[in-house]
Amino acid sequence: MTENTAKNPTPPENLTPPVLSEPGKIQDHFDLFHTDPYQETFEFKRQFEGAHSKEEVARIAEWTKTWDYREKNFSREALTVNPAKACQPLGSLFVAAGFEGTLPYSHGSQGCVAYFRTHLTRNFKEPFQAVSSSMTEDAAVFGGLNNMVDGLANSYTLYKPKMIALCTTCMAEVIGDDLGAFIQTAKNKGSIPEDFPVPYAHTPSFVGSHITGYDNMLKGILECLTEGKKQETTNGKYNFNLGFDPYIGNIRELKRILQLFDLDYTVLSDNADAFDSPNTGEFKMYNGLTTLEDAADSINAEGTFFFQKYTTPKTQDYIEKEWGQETYNFRPFGIKGTDEFLTKLSELTGKPVPQELVDERGRAVDAMTDSQAWIHGKRIALYGDPDHVFGLVNFLLELGAEPVHIVVTNSNPDFEAELQAVLDASPYGQNSTIWGKKDLWHLRSLMFTEPVDLLIGNSYGKYLWRDTHTPIVRIGYPIFDRHHMHRYETLGYKGALNLHNWIVNTILDELDRQTIIPAKTDISFDLIR
Amino acid sequence: MRQIAFYGKGGIGKSTTSQNTIAALSETQRVMIVGCDPKADSTRLMLHTKAQTTILSLAAERGSVEDLELEEVLLTGYNNVRCVESGGPEPGVGCAGRGIITAINFLEEEGAYEDLDLVSYDVLGDVVCGGFAMPIREGKAQEIYIVTSGEMMAMYAANNIARGILKYAQSGGVRLGGLICNSRKVDREVELIEALADKLGTKMIHFVPRDNVVQRAELRRMTVIEYEPDHPQAQEYRALARKIEHNKDLVIPTPITMDELEELLVQYGFMDSDAEYQKALEADKAAASV
Repeated sequence: MTENTAKNPTPPENLTPPVLSEPGKIQDHFDLFHTDPYQETFEFKRQFEGAHSKEEVARIAEWTKTWDYREKNFSREALTVNPAKACQPLGSLFVAAGFEGTLPYSHGSQGCVAYFRTHLTRNFKEPFQAVSSSMTEDAAVFGGLNNMVDGLANSYTLYKPKMIALCTTCMAEVIGDDLGAFIQTAKNKGSIPEDFPVPYAHTPSFVGSHITGYDNMLKGILECLTEGKKQETTNGKYNFNLGFDPYIGNIRELKRILQLFDLDYTVLSDNADAFDSPNTGEFKMYNGLTTLEDAADSINAEGTFFFQKYTTPKTQDYIEKEWGQETYNFRPFGIKGTDEFLTKLSELTGKPVPQELVDERGRAVDAMTDSQAWIHGKRIALYGDPDHVFGLVNFLLELGAEPVHIVVTNSNPDFEAELQAVLDASPYGQNSTIWGKKDLWHLRSLMFTEPVDLLIGNSYGKYLWRDTHTPIVRIGYPIFDRHHMHRYETLGYKGALNLHNWIVNTILDELDRQTIIPAKTDISFDLIR
Repeated sequence: MRQIAFYGKGGIGKSTTSQNTIAALSETQRVMIVGCDPKADSTRLMLHTKAQTTILSLAAERGSVEDLELEEVLLTGYNNVRCVESGGPEPGVGCAGRGIITAINFLEEEGAYEDLDLVSYDVLGDVVCGGFAMPIREGKAQEIYIVTSGEMMAMYAANNIARGILKYAQSGGVRLGGLICNSRKVDREVELIEALADKLGTKMIHFVPRDNVVQRAELRRMTVIEYEPDHPQAQEYRALARKIEHNKDLVIPTPITMDELEELLVQYGFMDSDAEYQKALEADKAAASV
């Protein structure tokens, strides 16, 4: 049923670019592609594309909004469309960047590491350095040993890192490259000094997601740096890990809170400056803030806090069993989550919660009551990583909003059970469904058949915004199409205020748009909301 | 141009059988042998030496397969048979399957398939991964000959290879040409292999008897056809060559289950039945308790 079944071999006459009235003036692509030559070319090309008629496309597009299509969509087995997750090495590179002088190294082809670099750069608008083994077809056949021997030597000589954090890619995993043996061989051959730290992690992208890679790499780094560093006594410090948290403002907020408590701490992977370094006019290659010495000494801490328990299960297990250290899981997001965290800090330090934080709590609660009328009862769809979604759902329930569709592509049963208990305990969670292992194309069906007032997600949510006309708040990773979001904090009371601000003002923006037609809907186009 | 492939369990005499058959075929046809085995052992009897320049060994030396010329790896052996070996990685590293894909792609891109009547692929052991199925993919070998003998593991491998062919037969044109029994002089070998062939929906195309002249020729790195062209064993290989040349009986195989295969072995006395096995265990137990 394609249009133009009779082939038209004659192209439009005028296929040359438009004559510019002002030579030298660069046309924006938005205008350029709407000029006649381009439009005629697009039309002409339809016959070669097997394009369906516009009416047929419109009919099918309408059908994808129905319950009938939703059922078909949810019976999908083999196909994933727009999963809300990335692959393992991305998380590995992200966590490695937080350590002092550390060069992330991806054992695989150049294309893989180029993808990770651009992905991080597009979110943070910041250069990101990582290298690869440059594996090509011969490495796929013979194994990547030679590539690693040369790669480590080159990286060490050219970029002078203090540590190289090595992760793998699909190709290296399928052919079974043995990282531990390869690194030792490289050391024996003199690529790098014998005592040079090269932690490693196996991170095939066909298993898990970016949070799995984060966990594997963090565990690898800690194993490598803390070997033989265990002391008889503790160092009196606490370790803090934020997981795959793209809001670098959160690391800074956490450190501020800890300093207010006068608590001695080590942030395990402090990548705040790696993804938000000041522009001083001078290039600084390494901006990881966790020193190798502090990381090595983290084995002697009093305990370790994890803010994303479903991102770092292996690392947490390792610290409990191998280090014999106390671990804590907190989610200092929203009011209750922050309350619980600060109470714990108060208990550990024996100090009352600092007045500054008490005041911030008061301001956040004040702001929430100010906007309560606009948020209460709003139906929300959201998606993202398990712990990210957990923090958001907790906060939404505090606001009296109803998280209706919760999509988590990289979900797991424990997470779902824990979140379900939270939803069951709240009057605003009664209409919620956790859609584990589902993707954004599933969410599209959900939003058409059971519409919501607001969508919370990363930049990929803009396609759902476009198709369903649901306003979107960009919270998550990656955010490619809005700037500077990552510089703010979402953690603590100040973070709650930010989240609240973004959510309520998106609702109010949408309200203005809905009441914008003069003499028709503008009876509610109010100056004061 | 016809393309055929020899498959079969490792150590079954596959390379010996295929080279002797090709030597016979080369008396009337222009042939190329493509060795698909990291051991690079498929052309030794043609070249009178182990191929020193395999595609992948040269690629490893140069750093990339793109830096090779066809003439460097395409050698001429007995009776102008063209010989090329894929080679492969060191045992335990890398991916030999990918190596075969790389090598065959190289040969196609470099035009090695021109001016030939027949191409023969010699593939190691079992079809353990996609790379080793490369010769039976679309556009490659259309006829597969499985070399086997009356031993359990050889038959097990033959059945597995039939399963591999079945997978590709549905979408492409690959067919099973038959079983070649390379005799191990076990009892009732002919009947057993004929029964297996029957189950697989094919036939035993030839029974190659065991003869010490094969070993004598191999010592001299020759085929029997070259070493003693008038020996009866050479006539056997010629007979096999003629049968392959005129073979029209190409089938989609019907592989059997593990249970069916074991039944067959029990039937021909290669294996005891479950009942016999239980009886033996109990006898052991009784003996131990005495």
